Amino acid sequence: MVAGGAVFERSGPAEIRSGSNLGGDWALPAYPAPTLCEIFAERPRDGGWAGFLLRQYDPARPVLWVQQRMAILESGRIHPPGLPPTPFIHVEARDARDALWAMEEGLRCAALSCVIGEIWGDPQALDFTASRRLAVAAERSGVPCWLVRLGGQATLSGARMRWRIASAPSLSHPFDPRASGAPAWHAELFRARGSPPGQWVIAHESSAFHLVAGTGDRTLEQTHRRRA
Amino acid sequence: MPALAIERWSKRTGGAPDACPEQSRRAPVVLTVEGPHGPIIHAATSAAAERGARPGTRLTDARALDPALVAVPADPAGDEALMQRLAKWASRWSPLVEADGADGLRLDISGVAHLFGGEEGLANDVRTRFAAMGLSARVAIAPTAAAAWALARYPAATLDPLPVAALRLDEGTVRTLERLGLKTVGALLNMPRVALARRFRDAENVIDKLDRMLGRKPEPLTTAPDKPMPRAALRMAEPATHAEAPVQALERLIPGLVRQLQERHLGARQLSLIGYRVDGSIAEASVATTIPSRDPAHLQRLLADKAAALDPEFGFDAFALEAGWTEPLDAAQDSLVEEPPGSGEVAQLIDRLTVKLGPRRVQKPQPMQSHFPERASGWKSAVSSSRAAQRRGDPELDCGAPLAMTARPQRLLDRPEAIDVIYATPEGLPRRFMWRRATHDIARVEGPERIAPEWWRQQSSARLRDYYRVEDTAGRRYWIYREGLVGDGRGGVPAWFIHGLFG
Repeated sequence: MVAGGAVFERSGPAEIRSGSNLGGDWALPAYPAPTLCEIFAERPRDGGWAGFLLRQYDPARPVLWVQQRMAILESGRIHPPGLPPTPFIHVEARDARDALWAMEEGLRCAALSCVIGEIWGDPQALDFTASRRLAVAAERSGVPCWLVRLGGQATLSGARMRWRIASAPSLSHPFDPRASGAPAWHAELFRARGSPPGQWVIAHESSAFHLVAGTGDRTLEQTHRRRA
Repeated sequence: MPALAIERWSKRTGGAPDACPEQSRRAPVVLTVEGPHGPIIHAATSAAAERGARPGTRLTDARALDPALVAVPADPAGDEALMQRLAKWASRWSPLVEADGADGLRLDISGVAHLFGGEEGLANDVRTRFAAMGLSARVAIAPTAAAAWALARYPAATLDPLPVAALRLDEGTVRTLERLGLKTVGALLNMPRVALARRFRDAENVIDKLDRMLGRKPEPLTTAPDKPMPRAALRMAEPATHAEAPVQALERLIPGLVRQLQERHLGARQLSLIGYRVDGSIAEASVATTIPSRDPAHLQRLLADKAAALDPEFGFDAFALEAGWTEPLDAAQDSLVEEPPGSGEVAQLIDRLTVKLGPRRVQKPQPMQSHFPERASGWKSAVSSSRAAQRRGDPELDCGAPLAMTARPQRLLDRPEAIDVIYATPEGLPRRFMWRRATHDIARVEGPERIAPEWWRQQSSARLRDYYRVEDTAGRRYWIYREGLVGDGRGGVPAWFIHGLFG
């Protein structure tokens, strides 16, 4: 479910790939089979990770979205009018233990498009064994699982890919210079099985993740606009 | 049950005789209720009855006969609650049970008696079970409910020698009949119908009561459901006190219930396991399902956890599994044309989640016709949306592609939170805001999107909202609004709130 696009290595110097590469051969690193991925929100009250995640599942099938009560209090309940039209099943879990149980229960149902679980902080219930269970369950049923950690520390985990996501200044608005345009994200893949870690600034337009120039890099942005 | 109130009282106090030593078994105790002219005797122990205390007489009159009477206030509400519990418990004999007045139970035993060895066996069973609980019961089986009522209360073998009071007539009518010399039902039956009908009309309809007793007029139980619900029952030879008993009973009962559902082309939406305890109480565990189901494995999984939590106390001696709510379900089919494949699996998932977490924590979005963000995105319990509701067509709103400028955030705070905002002019764009002690410098802003109060729902003092999509210098995007305008006459300085987070 990862769309193709182009990439800009933020960590490197101004090593920008040539225009012909843009939008062509790049894809977000993804695990070959559905599995457990962990997303750390760099700041808990930044909803950016949701935008990053929403482009990565099939909206035609139901999505189980588990939110721990604390996550709802701190950063809000999901709001279907702002989300792609998907048959959501929303679970409000009292604590991390209930949330993990609901996620595992959801992973047994192969008819789901994916399971998303938001856990607040570093609960005791979420240890290596718990995350490993989720990973195994996801791989067995073929349902991708996204474990979202709000305000948590990256300790030992059974997740196959671990991302750290923060919002980046958005693209410029085509008509209104004062308004924010398409959203962009700082994405850091800090641990993954089978692919090297890296940092990117990515944005989404219509159907693909795209390379984004750092704000103010006109040349790249113009290249990108021509292609879009 | 002629002595329910007094037996309940003696059971309650019998456990703690030290608390009231003077009120021991042999003491003449009467239970009293407040009448218009002082306390009236409601029930009396046998010792008190020997000394002349009769239910219905005034306490002072009875005390005149024997000053040693001990008066205790009666508890009619408690007695009635006990009666209701007993009525439920009595469904062990027949599914059609009704509490009849304050001191009786009516059971429709048509087609049931042979399970207990005939009518005599059933009556004996009822007697012994009530005796085991320390309640005396008089049992009568008769072809009509009125006749059974009369025979249970007045000692007689046939209807003829019964006093006219057994007809459930009011006191005045009984007195009139006795004055006329018609003291028994037999005497009344010998009278010509026309004469009786002419003499007693409307409220004191003797003919009507006679017809009911003789079966010329039907008297159905008021609680009788029109179609018996699918039900499987299990009786134990010995009371089961071990904790696994309910789960084991469930395993034995499910195939029987599923077979019944299959025969009637039904699927269960609600299922309860009822355990009948030895001491006359019941324990119940019930679950609801999203779509009608008769999948034995699924139903068992749903109920197993709750069944395991049933407390046997002194032991269960019978179990019943009932499908209290059913919906038509034709022969099982894996994928239906109009439904996406796997919808059954999702429904089962919802059931499992709901059973453990509760219906209010497992929800589906329910869009509403409203401009207000918090009202537009309603939620409803996922388990409540049945397939039938989907067929009717839920009020799904087809809003089309949302306009970019009215884009909604992906996350909404349950309650908008007040924020401090610095702005250039009161009507102008916000520059900086403070939310939960963190300062956000606004780099980009779009708006306002004005949402007026819905005057047909809200009070006239509700203020309009101007929503802004703002982005701070780090790229985090929020949805904030200003409530009201300066000088709109609906409050002071407009306040700012944060309502959502964009992804």
